[in-house]
Amino acid sequence: MKKAAQSEAPAAEFARSLVLTPAQDWGGWLLGKAGRAGLLLITGTSVLAVLLIFVFIIREALPFFRARGLGEALGETEWYPTHQPAEFGMLAMLFGSLYVTAGALILAVPTGLLTAVVLSDIVPFRVRQTVKPIIEILAAIPSVAYGFFAVLVLAPWMQKNLGLSTGTNALNSSVMLAIMAIPTIVSVAEDSLWAAGSDLREASYACGATRAETLLKVVIPAAHSGVIAAIVLGMMRALGETMLVWMASGNATHIPTPWWDLTQSVRTMTATIAGELQETPVGSIHRHALFAVGLMLLSFSFLLNLLTEHLLRRSKRVAGGTKR
Amino acid sequence: MRKMWQVTMWAVLASMLNGMPGLADVTAGNTNLQIEGSTTVGPIADEFVEAFKRIHPQVSITVKKTGSGDGAAALIDGRCQIATMSRFMKSEEFQKAVAKGVTPVAHAIAMDGVCVIVHPSNPIKALKIEQVKDLYTGKVTNWKELGGADMPVVVISRDTSSGTYETFSHFVMGKSRMFEKVEYVNSNPQAYSRVTTTPGAVGYVGLGFVDEKVKALEINGVAPNRKTIQSGRYPLSRPLFLFTNGYPELGSMVHAFCTFYLSEKGQEIVEAKGFVPVTNY
Repeated sequence: MKKAAQSEAPAAEFARSLVLTPAQDWGGWLLGKAGRAGLLLITGTSVLAVLLIFVFIIREALPFFRARGLGEALGETEWYPTHQPAEFGMLAMLFGSLYVTAGALILAVPTGLLTAVVLSDIVPFRVRQTVKPIIEILAAIPSVAYGFFAVLVLAPWMQKNLGLSTGTNALNSSVMLAIMAIPTIVSVAEDSLWAAGSDLREASYACGATRAETLLKVVIPAAHSGVIAAIVLGMMRALGETMLVWMASGNATHIPTPWWDLTQSVRTMTATIAGELQETPVGSIHRHALFAVGLMLLSFSFLLNLLTEHLLRRSKRVAGGTKR
Repeated sequence: MRKMWQVTMWAVLASMLNGMPGLADVTAGNTNLQIEGSTTVGPIADEFVEAFKRIHPQVSITVKKTGSGDGAAALIDGRCQIATMSRFMKSEEFQKAVAKGVTPVAHAIAMDGVCVIVHPSNPIKALKIEQVKDLYTGKVTNWKELGGADMPVVVISRDTSSGTYETFSHFVMGKSRMFEKVEYVNSNPQAYSRVTTTPGAVGYVGLGFVDEKVKALEINGVAPNRKTIQSGRYPLSRPLFLFTNGYPELGSMVHAFCTFYLSEKGQEIVEAKGFVPVTNY
């Protein structure tokens, strides 16, 4: 058919009957169905993977909850998995994870958001196109490299210059996690500020607003959902990080006293799993306890993920496809 | 015919590997070896297996690291040919074994000596074992309480799943627990680098990881070195064992594996893992 159309005059193409033969009709219908089924299968795989991860972790964690109960896990801070008798209090790790994540956010959110604003609205377009990829490269550095830096450079520096007795502490981890979370925050926040569009900005200038007013009162409010999503994504990056905190946080299983003292060493949920799972005997209560820690971590990041989804949906509605 | 050929092949191969006693005549008969037991001995066994496989590629060896007690139980039940143990077999275990027709035989393959290390600038040179324990239980939190400088102690331990932790905790901690401010690191090199960079730190590593950048303390008046660890005068030292059912048949793979520690490669592995070889090569 195609060959014929090429060799003859274009007029022949118009002479072709537009009514499909029954075979073409069926073929098209089947192809459509098959394509749809194939795509559904591919989508299903990732959904299934998430479900299976949940099922697997819950199944491995259940023997722990059956033997020890939720009370010990969430009510106690004492984690002595190999001692006789063993204790599996997970509260200290839960707090440890919260400490380093919160510390990282306090440092990364202002820096990241300011960078995003500067890149989207203040520097010339060419500078943005150069600087943004460079910031995004930060995300590509493996966390173990950050870990080495934390242990060998930042920790001794903190001991020497801040007079701390131990350099591997919550502050160290927070600083490093902040550096790791900044690219995520900058990238997502900048995209959403950018997506607020030039018409919005021009409308604001037309109303007589200054550049600062436009930025603070128009652009940022318009992109606020995307900005919040950026913060949540950065938070998840910090919460889920494992290698760095295992190396840089010191892993002391306690809630610091006083509670706001970030210069003491803490232990996170991720670090505990990474450090201990490898050598625990299969079927032991210690192993099941680690899966229980994993379940807590997974539930936590699952909730955060749902929140992000929600915010991203709202961000799209606000920005409304007015991309330049 | 085929077997003959294989045997010749192995003989040729073995003749090329001089300096490796016990490896010369492994027949291709039993190629499946189960090893189970201690988490301390596990890393040595793992490395042995790796080196062993290069010499005997047809061998399939599984190493399970569950604990010395589990290793003994597995040997008694016939679930493994070699049990790795960081302690000698208890008399109850022996009785159980004999009742089941198993005769446990011990092969001491390495000595495990754990050195307590501090920063070189720390004036403390020697401690009693009880003082080390006080540091790890939080009873002593400043070096001046032990006659050192006025400096808070930063206590560093290996992760609770490691064999080094097990040894340390066995000799020093006994039944007590480490206090909650103890920091955990997951390898000997990491413990070493934390101590080199932290003036107030105390940690512990295998003898193989001690050099001039850290100071290994005398414990109960004995400095840790190869000699004091081999002779057992240094208090934090103990032999590590492989247990087999009877002395392994000469020329069998079990025999080759249990004598691998005598080879140069075997001793190198023992040292590289931070343990002390039983012989001086």
